[in-house]
Amino acid sequence: MDLDIVLQLADSSVRLATPLLLACLAGLYSERSGVFDIGLEGKMLIAAFFAAATAAVTGSAWVGLAAGLAASLVFSMLHAVASITFRGNQLISGVAINFLAVGMTALLGHTWFRQGGQTPQLVGDARFHAIELPGAARLADVPVIGPVYAEVISGHSILVYIAFLAVPLTWWVLYRTRFGLRLRAVGENPAAVDTAGISVPLLRYQALVITGILCGIAGAYLSTSMNAGFVREMTAGKGFIALAALIFAKWRPWPALFATLLFGLLEAIGIRFQNVELGGIGTIPVQFMQALPYILTVVILAGFVGKAIPPRAGGEPYVKEE
Amino acid sequence: MRRIPVWADVVLIPLINLLLAVFVSGLVVLYIGESPVKAMRVLLQGSIGSAYAWGYTLYYATNFIFTGLAVAVAFHARLFNIGGEGQAGLGGLGVALVMMAWDWPHWALALPAGIIASALFGAAWAAIPAWLQAKRGSHIVITTIMFNFIASALLVYLLVNHLKLPGSMSPETPPFPPGAHLPTAHEILAWVGVKFPKSPPVNIALLLALLAAFAVWVLIWRSRLGYEIRAFGHSEEAARYGGIAPVRIIMLTMLISGALAGMMAVNAVQGEAERLVLDSVQGAGFVGIAVALMGRSHPVGVILAAILFGMLYQGGVELEFEMPAISREMIVVIQALVILFTGALDNMVRLPVSRLFHRRGRGGGRAGAGGNG
Repeated sequence: MDLDIVLQLADSSVRLATPLLLACLAGLYSERSGVFDIGLEGKMLIAAFFAAATAAVTGSAWVGLAAGLAASLVFSMLHAVASITFRGNQLISGVAINFLAVGMTALLGHTWFRQGGQTPQLVGDARFHAIELPGAARLADVPVIGPVYAEVISGHSILVYIAFLAVPLTWWVLYRTRFGLRLRAVGENPAAVDTAGISVPLLRYQALVITGILCGIAGAYLSTSMNAGFVREMTAGKGFIALAALIFAKWRPWPALFATLLFGLLEAIGIRFQNVELGGIGTIPVQFMQALPYILTVVILAGFVGKAIPPRAGGEPYVKEE
Repeated sequence: MRRIPVWADVVLIPLINLLLAVFVSGLVVLYIGESPVKAMRVLLQGSIGSAYAWGYTLYYATNFIFTGLAVAVAFHARLFNIGGEGQAGLGGLGVALVMMAWDWPHWALALPAGIIASALFGAAWAAIPAWLQAKRGSHIVITTIMFNFIASALLVYLLVNHLKLPGSMSPETPPFPPGAHLPTAHEILAWVGVKFPKSPPVNIALLLALLAAFAVWVLIWRSRLGYEIRAFGHSEEAARYGGIAPVRIIMLTMLISGALAGMMAVNAVQGEAERLVLDSVQGAGFVGIAVALMGRSHPVGVILAAILFGMLYQGGVELEFEMPAISREMIVVIQALVILFTGALDNMVRLPVSRLFHRRGRGGGRAGAGGNG
C-alpha cells in the first residue's frame, strides 16, 4: 500500500471520526453526571435537519449551526426534564427522543421542502468549507511531514478543529475545574454532592446543556460540512456507535479521541475497499463492509478490550433524602 | 410513592398520557396547516369505519401484539429489548427458508412449521446480545440496536445475492408455494357463513397472537419461571440471594422475547406478503416498545395498545391519501410522543394524580390510602 492511500485513509478517518467524537464527548458529560443518554442519535439528527434547513433558507452555515444547536438543546432539555425533574426512565426517554427526531425531521422536511424529506442542496456560504492551514502549500514538498500536514491535518472545516479542540478542553474542564470535580462526583455519589450543599439537579441540567451543544455541532457538521444537505435518517446509528466508543474509552476524554478515530478509520476502510478482490476468498460483500462498524461496536461492547466500569450513579434518578 | 387505586393506575393514568400525546400531535397537525379534527375523523373512518378498515387495522395489530409482547416479557426482567426489528426480520428469513424448502401440501402443516422457524430464528438473533449481557455485561440496549443494523445488512445481502429469483430485478424471494398460504379472515369467516371482505390481509395469525398473549400471561404470572423473571426484574440482588441464576434468567427471557418478535413474520411474511421482501418488518419492532409501555407490560394492555397502534397505522395510510400535507411519518411522531408521555414523563401525570387521590382519601377518612409512602 503506498503513501497516498494511507494519507487518504487518514484524511477520511478524521472526517468520519468528527461526528462520533463530538457525540462521544456529549455522552461523556451526560453520563459522567449520572444521566444515561441513548438519545445522542436523535439530538444529532434533529440538529442536522435544522442546521441544513436554516442554512438552505438563509444561505449562512453559521446561522444554520445556531439553529442546529437550538434544536439539539431543546431535545436535551426534554431529556433533562423527563429524567432529572420527573425521574423518568432515562433509556425510555432516550428512545422517545430518537423516534421524535426521526418523525419530526421527515415530517417537517416534507412540509417545508417537499423533496422526499431532504433539504435542498447546500451551496456556497450555506456550507462549512475546508480551511487551508497556514503553510500547508509550502510544506507539501517536505517528505512525510509535508503531505501529512497538508493532506491529513490541514484542509478540514472549522467544525473538525472545534471537535478536536473539545478534547483537551473537556480534559481541562473535567480534571482541572471545580465544575468538573463536582460533575465527576455527582455521577459517582450524588448524595455526597448533595450533602456538600450543591444542587444535584442543577449540576445535571448543566451537564445536559453541554451535551446538547456538542450534539448540535455534530449534527450541523453532518449536514452542512460533511454532506451538502440533510438526508433522512442520515445519522445511521452514529449516536450509538459514539456510546460504544464512550464505553471503550471508559468515559475519559483522550481515550474517547482514539476510540472514535478507530471507528472513523474502520468506516474509511469500509468505504475505500468496497468490492475489493481478496485473493482466494473472492469479493467481500458491500453489505458486510457497511455492517462492519456495527459489528465492531458489538465486539468492543463485548468487552474483549478490558473491563469498563460506568459512573456508579448512572441511570438512577436522584431522590433527595427527607 | 403513595398508593393509588388499581383502576387509576391501569386506566386513568395511561388515558391521560395518551390524551397528552394526542393533544401534542394535534398541535403538530395544526402547525402543518391542517385541521386536527378533520385528521382525526379521517383516521378513525379509515381505521375502524368499515369491515374492510378493521381487516387492515387488525392485521397491523397482529404484528404489534407480537412485538409488544416481546418487549413486555423482557421488561419484566428489567431488560430493554430494542432489537425487535432485527429479530422480526430474521424471523421472516426463517419463514422464507422453510416455506421455500418444500412444496407444502396444506396450511395445517405449513403454519406450525412457520411458527417454529420464525420463533427459532428470532430467538437466535436475540441470543447473542442476551449472552453478551449475561456474561460480559454489555449494554443490551446498544447491542440489540447494533443487531438491528446488522440484520438489515444481512437480509439485504441474502436477498440480493442468494434468495431472489435469478434474473429478477426486485430483491425478494419467489412467492411461497400455494400450500403455505394461511387462511385469511375472509376464508375463516366463510366457513361459519359470515361475510367479510376479501382483500384485507388479517389472517389466522391474529388467533396465534391472542394465544401468544395468553401464553405470556400464564408464563409471567402462573409459572415458576415467570416468578423468577419478575423477581429478577424487581431486584437482581434479592433474586440472586433467593437462588435464581441471573445468566439463566437473562438468556431465557431474551430467547422468549426474540421468539415472540420473530413470530411476527408468520403474520407479515407468511400471511400477508407470501414472500420475503426487503424491510418486511416496517418499523413494527419499534412500535412494540410503545405498545409494551402503553400496555403496562400486561398481555391485555398489550392487545389493546396494539389495536390502537393498528388503527394509527391503517388510519395513517388513509390520512396520507386524503390529506397529502400530512406525511406518513406523522405516525412515528405520535409513536414517539406516546413513548415519551407514557414512558418517560409518566411521573408528570402520576404525581399530581396520586396527590389528588391522597387528599381525597384523607378527606373522606378512608383507611389505607396512605400506602407506604
